[in-house]
Amino acid sequence: MRNPFRSEAEAFSFVLVCVGVFAVVAVAGVLFGGWVALAVFLVLAVGLAFYIKGAPKEAEHVAAHGGGERRCILVVANETVAGRALRGEVVRRAEGDADVLVVCPALNSPLRHWASDEDGARALAHDRLEESLGALSAAGVEARGEVGDADPIQAMDDALRTFGADEIVISTHPPGRSNWLEKEIIARAQERYDVPITHVVVDLEAEREAD
Amino acid sequence: MATAEHAHDHPPVAHQSSRVDSRLLGIYFFIASEVMLFGSFFSAYFFARVVVGGDEGWPPPGFELPVYLAFLNTVILVTSSFTMHWALQSVKRGNRSGLIAGLTLTFLLGLTFLLIQAREYTRLGFAPYDNAFGSTFYGLTGLHGAHVFIGLNLLLYALIRSVKGHFGPEAEKHLGVELPGIYWHFVDVMWIIVYVTVYVI
Repeated sequence: MRNPFRSEAEAFSFVLVCVGVFAVVAVAGVLFGGWVALAVFLVLAVGLAFYIKGAPKEAEHVAAHGGGERRCILVVANETVAGRALRGEVVRRAEGDADVLVVCPALNSPLRHWASDEDGARALAHDRLEESLGALSAAGVEARGEVGDADPIQAMDDALRTFGADEIVISTHPPGRSNWLEKEIIARAQERYDVPITHVVVDLEAEREAD
Repeated sequence: MATAEHAHDHPPVAHQSSRVDSRLLGIYFFIASEVMLFGSFFSAYFFARVVVGGDEGWPPPGFELPVYLAFLNTVILVTSSFTMHWALQSVKRGNRSGLIAGLTLTFLLGLTFLLIQAREYTRLGFAPYDNAFGSTFYGLTGLHGAHVFIGLNLLLYALIRSVKGHFGPEAEKHLGVELPGIYWHFVDVMWIIVYVTVYVI
């Protein structure tokens, strides 16, 4: 959802949109009376609300090549960060010599996010991250980790500013249970970053039953 | 020991979402509260309009509003949004004289709006205590006028700071212009709604 007052420039654009919308309402009011103007206003307001709600995040291409001697792997995962399937994939890909950065987005409720109340979410993400890094270390992969933004795309953007990845591994729950898959995170990441994206599905329930 | 004491000198650094700056968040919440405030005044206006206007017509017989003068005011306020936008674009490009000129023009346009509104009030021929129409009219336009007055104070503060050279092209260094700008555009949007609702339809 787009906030029309997110910045001065967007607020200015919103002024222009309002001028247009209310000019139409005013013309309808003068020509056909108050009730028609009200109907026109409601139609335009609903249209505007749908536009604001459905506005897609602007597509932006982000270069992410590491280009260094060591292979750089960026791993992004939330609750599945400590899953065996992900660990196996990371160990396999990091074989030899590789820098691995694990980013664990701090999942939060929308209300808490907008209120910047992120302490609890970050603490939980930190715990999951520690568990994952410990398991990777035990498997012979020395990785480092960061708690990232609740939006995985934003978290990847943030991480790639300081970590030039050669590839990105994104871990999610299976289809039907994954919020990230519903939001088409994988497709958006493939469109956004010019490095190979690997999608790992971690079925935590199946792993627990297997234990 | 010294390190531990030093650690208590200031609070820990707050977690900062990379998307929502706390100062921007503050203005969002403020604008949200303002929308609710204006919403309550609009509710009163429409209630009075439906209940009273249903029998007598709206405005009631004998009451007339200066639609064209208010339209002139609308043009002035919308123009001030353009000059405000120009001011911010200027500071982003490091053009200090553009910033000062933009803020000065915005301030003068806002002041003109307020003076015209004050002049309008003295010549309307009815008072807030006359009837429900008068109460809701002065309530809505007066509430908006108070917001313009607050906006003018913010603009004056930003103008003084810009003359002193406090602002720069970096995002952190022109927040003092951007936030009053967001507020000013909000006040402009509210006036467009007030004008169309009260004066036109």
